[in-house]
This record gives sequence, structure tokens and C-alpha cells, in this order.
Amino acid sequence: MRRLLALAGLLAVAGCGDDGTISAGEGAKPQLVVSAASSMQEALTACAPGYADAELRLQFAGSDELAAQIRQDVPVDVFAAANTELPEALEAEGKLETPVTFVSNELVLAVPAKDARVASLADLERPGVTLVIGAEGVPVGDYTRKVLDGLGAARSRAVLANVRSNEPDVKGVVGKLAQGAADAGFVYLTDVEAAGERLTAIELPAELDPSATYAAGVVKAAKRPEAAEAFVDDLLAGGCHTALLEAGFGEP
Amino acid sequence: MSGAGRGWFAVALAVALGAVLTFLTLPIVAIFLQQPPRDLIAALGEDGALDALWLSLQTTATALALILLAGTPAAYLLATHHFRGRAAVITLIELPLVLPPAVAGIALLAAVGPATLLGRAAADAGLELSLATAGVVVALTFVAAPFYLRQAVSAFEAVDPTLLDASRTLGASPARTWWRVAIPTALPGLVAGTALALGRALGEFGATLMFAGSFQGVTQTVPLAIYDRFATDFTAALALSAVLVAVSAGILLSVKLVRGPDPLRG
Repeated sequence: MRRLLALAGLLAVAGCGDDGTISAGEGAKPQLVVSAASSMQEALTACAPGYADAELRLQFAGSDELAAQIRQDVPVDVFAAANTELPEALEAEGKLETPVTFVSNELVLAVPAKDARVASLADLERPGVTLVIGAEGVPVGDYTRKVLDGLGAARSRAVLANVRSNEPDVKGVVGKLAQGAADAGFVYLTDVEAAGERLTAIELPAELDPSATYAAGVVKAAKRPEAAEAFVDDLLAGGCHTALLEAGFGEP
Repeated sequence: MSGAGRGWFAVALAVALGAVLTFLTLPIVAIFLQQPPRDLIAALGEDGALDALWLSLQTTATALALILLAGTPAAYLLATHHFRGRAAVITLIELPLVLPPAVAGIALLAAVGPATLLGRAAADAGLELSLATAGVVVALTFVAAPFYLRQAVSAFEAVDPTLLDASRTLGASPARTWWRVAIPTALPGLVAGTALALGRALGEFGATLMFAGSFQGVTQTVPLAIYDRFATDFTAALALSAVLVAVSAGILLSVKLVRGPDPLRG
């Protein structure tokens, strides 16, 4: 119930934003509800008005929350997640058509652009450094833990001991960093680019495999499966794919 | 004719009550019915759930202590002195009552956030607010205090002034009059205000997440723990929700016992 209300709220907000601009094509275009990972917010918000085949109602949150909503049969047409595990799990549960990977991203260590106290991954092990990461179960949090696992148990434990907040989505991490609440945080490269001058990205060594693969699929209960399929194709090769690349995402 | 009209009206009223009751109780009942009670209790045994309950208890109790300590004399002043600008002061004090939690979170970040002078001064003085338990207490105090203050002002206003005058005529100091006459007389109203503030503080979510973050045992209160689990462990989220429902019902009931049948009116 709580999450139904939350979704209703989100949709109401999305609706307020869209109605003014789309009213010209009222009735002509099908309406698609798209649940997308927070990290795609800037890119998809940018490409949505130009998407010709449907009126997009975008809602953004941690992919795990969006997946939980779809599990509870919240009426969503397309699910675009920041990993492949969640869409695959939904497919296995019969809630989602076969997902496709459409873009990739990269986990980075983000620090404030000015007066950063952290200059490298090793600095995170120093006692007293404050770190903010995504919660377990949220893709960005799971990627972070995987990367830290690659450091070995002792170093990973030292870093995790400095974690001061487990945020429900990647925007929460960015927000805490932008406020100066923490010295560093693990986010996607695209988040640092979207934050403009405020954050600096420290790239992670390739052997820790900081890559993130995004997958999307049509929800089984979608009211307009063809329109939903067309939008997934757009994420794969159309205008929204281009917008994602412009925002710093890579080919899958 | 008029008898038939009344009968129709009575049915309409009953239907309205039935609709209200169903709408308000169904979601709460559903919390307890979706999983067997055994699973709910088992989910509460998990480390994080206990940490969240304990943290909520500590931070709420601290916030309430601060609210009572500063709020009770402040409310007494507002209730007994009619100075210029009093209405404006009361409006300002009540403002957080109607502020959305997200606004409260942003407001706290803007006022005492880590990037502000005040926030840095507090941190230098050893009182770290950002991503710390003290920050949770600040958030809870900010959102819950108006609930107590409003109720306390009207409770003190309802105290018969002749009682206070009599006490002073008999030689009691203003402080003693306040402590021995005004507070005991206003006590039911003060208790109701405390309960409302307690309920609001226990349920605080948005301002806490934005201002204090979410970390098990440090800043992850029960509402944040529920949100953290709802995607990954729905049973645990239900179990913690059930605890909050039970505690809230307990608060409401105890207020009804203290105050008689009409607890929420000033």
C-alpha cells in the first residue's frame, strides 16, 4: 500500500510536468510508464520530450525499489535498471519479457571538486575519512561492494568501516557529497558529469571491474506492449540511446 | 415524508462512516495479515531491525526531552503573556507543523548542514550533526516540537487565571506557581501534546534521510530501516511497520486513558 501511494505520488508529479508540454498531441500518442534507475534521470528527462511515438511518464528511483513495485503489480510498461540482475530476476518470476542490455556505465570514486581530502582509493582506508555509498540491494551499492571485495578482506573492511550512510539510490550519494557531508562516495561516472563542477571523479583500476551494465525490458503486464517494445528499441539504438551516450554512458 | 428523509440520511451517514473506516483500517490490518505472525516476529530478531528500534527509541526520547525542557516554559510564556507580535511568534513556531518533510530536510541542510558556518562551528565544537545520531535528534526535534508547543500553549491558556493569582496571593513565587499549579492543572493537555510529538518523531523519515543519512545503528531509524528493506526484504519491512503500528496504537490508547475520551483536542 505504502509503495502504491508512493508511486501514485510520483506519477502525479510526473503528470504535472508532462501535461503542459504534451497536451497538443493529446489522445494521439499512447502513454508509457517507464520506471528507470536514478542514474538515468538527466539523460532520459532530456530525450523524453523528443520521443515521437509515445508520451513518456518517467519515474526514477533505486532499481531495486522499482523492481519491488513491479513485483507488487504496479502498472508500469518499461523497466530500465542499472544492472542486469534485477531485470533477469523479474524475468525469472514471470514479470518481465526478456531484458536487453542497452548501455554501460562506470563506477567511480567521487570527491568534492574543492578541498578534497581523498585523492585515491587507498585514502579511503584511513581512519576518520567519511564515505557515503549506496545501500545493499541497490545496484550502485552492490557494484561498490563488489569493487571493494576485489581489494581483499582487510582493505575492504577498513574502507567499509568509514561508511557513514547507506543511501537508497545513487542520487542520495551525490546529494550527500554535494552538501559536503562526506569526503567521498561511490557513484557512476555519469553522475559526476551531471554534477558539473562540484564533483571530481577518481577512476577505479580496471582489475576491480568497475563496469556497470544496464538492462531494460517490457513489463509482462504492460498495457501497450508494442509501444513499450518500441521504447526499449529506442533505448537500444534511438534518440534516448544517443541522449544516454551524450550523458557519458557507454555502449553495452 | 420527513421520517423517510431522516432514514435515508441516517443510512448515508452510516455508509460514509463505513467507507472511512474501511479505507483507514484496511492498509493497517493488511500489514498484519500479509505474513504469518511467526515470520514477522522472526524478522524482528534480525540485527538491523533491533538496532533500528533501539536507535528510534533513543533519538525520540532525547528529542522529546529537549522539546519538553525548552517547550514547556516557552509555551507557558506564550499562553500567559500577550505581548506585541505574539501571533507572529506562534505562527512561526507552528510552521514546521505544515512543512513537508523534504522541505524540513533542505531547511536543516541550509541552516546547519556541513557546508554552513553553523554546521561547521558545531562540528568544530565536537557536535557532529551531519550523518550522525545528533543530526537525527535535530531533525526529530525540529519536526516534532510544534506538535507539543501548540498543545501546551492551549493547555496553559485553559488554566483558570484566578488559580494562578490565588497561588501568588498566598505567597508562592511565579516559578513555584508554574511548577505546582499551572503544570499539574495543564497536565492532561501537556501529555496529549507529548504523545503527538512522540508519534511524529517516531515516524520521521524525509528530513532524517536528507539531513542525517541512513546507517545501521547510527542514523537508520525504524522508518528508514523500513524503506531500506522494502525492496529487498518485504517481510522485515512489514515486521518493523507492525511494531510502529503497535507503538502508535499504544500511544493513542494511553493518551485516551489519561485524558478521557477526547485526547486530540486542545
